[in-house]
Amino acid sequence: MDILLQQIINGLTTGSVYAVVALGYTMVYGVIQLINFAHGEVVMIGAMVAFAVIAALAGSALPPGAILLAGVLAAVPACMAIGYGLERIAYRPLRHAPRLAPLITAIGMSIILQHLALLIWGRNPLAFPQLIDNPSFAIGGAAISGVQIAIILLSMVMMAGLSWFVYRTRFGIAIRATAENVHVASLMGVNADRVIAATFVIGAALGAMAGVMYGTYYGIAHYTMGFILGLKAFSAAVLGGIGNIPGAMVGGLLLGLVEALGTGYIGEYTDLCRWPGAADGGWMGERCADGAHFVLFGSNYQDVFAFLMLILVLVFRPSGLLGERVSERA
Amino acid sequence: MLAGMSAKEKAGLAAIALALIALPFVLAMAGTAWVRITNFAVLFVLLSLGLNIVVGFAGLLDLGYVAFFAVGAYVYALLASPHFGLHLPFWIILPIGAAVAGIAGAVLGAPTLRLRGDYLAIVTLGFGEIVRIFMNNLSTPVNITNGPKGINRIDPFQIGPLNFSASDSLGGLIFSGPIKYYYFLLLVLLAVIVINRRLQDSRIGRAWVAIREDEIAAKAAGINTRNIKLLAFAMGASFGGIAGGMFAAIQGFVSPESFILNESIMILAMVVLGGMGNIWGVIAGAVLLSFMPELLRYTVEPAQKMLFGKMLVDPEVLRMLIFGFALVLTMRFRPAGLWPETRHKRELIENRS
Repeated sequence: MDILLQQIINGLTTGSVYAVVALGYTMVYGVIQLINFAHGEVVMIGAMVAFAVIAALAGSALPPGAILLAGVLAAVPACMAIGYGLERIAYRPLRHAPRLAPLITAIGMSIILQHLALLIWGRNPLAFPQLIDNPSFAIGGAAISGVQIAIILLSMVMMAGLSWFVYRTRFGIAIRATAENVHVASLMGVNADRVIAATFVIGAALGAMAGVMYGTYYGIAHYTMGFILGLKAFSAAVLGGIGNIPGAMVGGLLLGLVEALGTGYIGEYTDLCRWPGAADGGWMGERCADGAHFVLFGSNYQDVFAFLMLILVLVFRPSGLLGERVSERA
Repeated sequence: MLAGMSAKEKAGLAAIALALIALPFVLAMAGTAWVRITNFAVLFVLLSLGLNIVVGFAGLLDLGYVAFFAVGAYVYALLASPHFGLHLPFWIILPIGAAVAGIAGAVLGAPTLRLRGDYLAIVTLGFGEIVRIFMNNLSTPVNITNGPKGINRIDPFQIGPLNFSASDSLGGLIFSGPIKYYYFLLLVLLAVIVINRRLQDSRIGRAWVAIREDEIAAKAAGINTRNIKLLAFAMGASFGGIAGGMFAAIQGFVSPESFILNESIMILAMVVLGGMGNIWGVIAGAVLLSFMPELLRYTVEPAQKMLFGKMLVDPEVLRMLIFGFALVLTMRFRPAGLWPETRHKRELIENRS
C-alpha cells in the first residue's frame, strides 16, 4: 500500500472538516475581531443531536439516506439556534467591554454547553450507527472510503457555497463591509447587529455539518470532542490568517495534511536505529540489536506537529499565510 | 509598605493577619479536606498573580500558562522522588524550578515577540499543549517523565526534623501536614504580593503598562520592548514554577493530567474575573473561583434533596453548569472584572462615550 497517498487522502479528509469548522471561527473573527471560544462546543452539539436522531430512527423502516438526512436536518437548526443564543448572551452585551471580557463569557458558555451535553447524553462515547455500507475504492495503491469521498466533496460544496454567499450576494457584501469597518458599514445602511448575528448562525450551521461529518468518520461522538476539534480548527483559521475566508480553507486542509503526514512518517524518521552508523556498536548499537527500534518521536506526538507548524508559520508570517499585513494597532 | 498608613489601616491589617493565621484551625474543625482546599486556593492565587504579570500588567494574552506550573512541578518531582533516586531538599529545588520555568518562559516568549493579541494567544496555547504532550510521551525510548502514569512518592517538604507530611502537636494545637503547608504557602504568598506591589510601581512595571497601552508609543519613549516583554514572560513563568514545585510536594504525585489547557483557561478566568492588573482583584478572583466549585459540591446535593426529595441532576454536572452561568453573569454585569484596576476603569468609560 502506498503510504504517502494514503496519508494524503486521510489528511484531506480531516483537513476538510477542520476547514469547515475554521470557517466558523474566521467569519466571526472577521466581523467582530473576537474569537468565538464556544464554537468547538457548537460542533460537538451538532454531532450529538445528529447522533440522537439517527440512533432513534435507526431501527425504523426509513431508507438509510433519509435517516442520515434527518439527523443533519435536526442538527443544523439546533446549532444555528445555539449560535444565535451565543451571540445574544455572550457577545452582544459585551461589545464595548474590554477585549478579554467576551472571552470569559464564551468560556462560561462552552462550560455550560459541554455539561448540558453531558447531562443529556451521558459520559460515555456514543457510537454512530453504521447505516450505509462504507465501500472502499482502490486508487493508485491507496484506499479511499465512501465516507471520505462524501466528506471531501461535501466540504468543497459548502466552501464553494459560502464563498458564493460572501462574495456574490448583497448580504455577503454587508458582511464584508462590516468586517472592513463596522461604523462606516452602519452609516451605509448595513444593520451591523444582524450581520454579526448572521455570522454566528452561519458558522454554527457549518459547524453542525462538520460535527456530523467528524462523527461519521470516526464513528463516535463524545461530549468532550468539541474541545480538541475546536482547537485544531482555530489553529487552522489562524494558520491561514484569521478573518480571511480562503485562508481558513487553506489552513484547514494544510493542517490536516501536515498532521497526517507527520503522524505517518515521523516514527520512521526519528527511529535512531535506522540512521546510518547508529547500529555500529556502543550504547546505541546495544539498543538497536536484532532490528529493535529506538523511536524518539512516535505517532503519539501527532498534536505537536500541528501546533509546531502553526508556531513556525506565525513566527515567520505573524498574520498567517493569507492574512493581510495587519496595521500596527494594539 | 507599612509607612504612610493610618492607625486604622494598621489595625485592619493586623486583624486580617490574625484571621489568616487562625484560619486553618477553624477550617480543620470542619475537616482537614477544607485545609487542603484552601492550600490549593492559595496555589491558584500564586498562579493568578504570576499570570497577572503577563496578562494584566504587560497585556500579553497567554493561554498556555499552565505549562510553567507543569515545569515547576516536574522539576520538583524529578529531583525529589525515587524515580531517579534523587532526594534534594526543597529549598534547593524550588529556586531551580523557578529558574527553569523562567528560562522556559523566556524561550517560549522569544518567538512570539512580534505577535499580537489573538495570534499570541494561540501560539502560547500551542506551547502549553506541546509541553503537556511531551510530558505525556517522554517515557519512551528513555523514561524521563514516566508518561501518563506520572511520578508518585514525591518527597514532602522537610526542614531538619520537621516533616511537612506528618502531624505534630505543639502547645495543645495539632499541626497537621496541610496546616504546615498552609503557613508556608502564606509566607510565599506574602513575598509574592510584596514583589508584585514593588514591581507594579517600578520602572519595569510602568514599562509593562506602557507596552500594554500602546507598544509603538512605548518603543518611541525609549523602552526596550523586546527585553521588557521577555522579562514579563520570564517573571510570570517563574512564579508559576514555584507554585508548581509546591503543588508537587503537597500532592505527592504529578501527572500530565493536572496540566491540561482547561487549567490555563481557569487561571486566566481568575485573573480576568477578579480584575486584570489589580493585585487585590486578581487574588479575590482566584479565591472565589477556587472555592466556588468546592462550596457548590457541598451545597448542591443537599439542596436538591431538600427541594425535590431526590437527586435530579448529577451534582458534578450541576456545579459546573452553575459555574459556567456565574462566569457569564459576572462578566455581563462587571465586564472589567469584579475589582478592576483604576486605569482600566477609566478606559471603559472613555470607550462608552
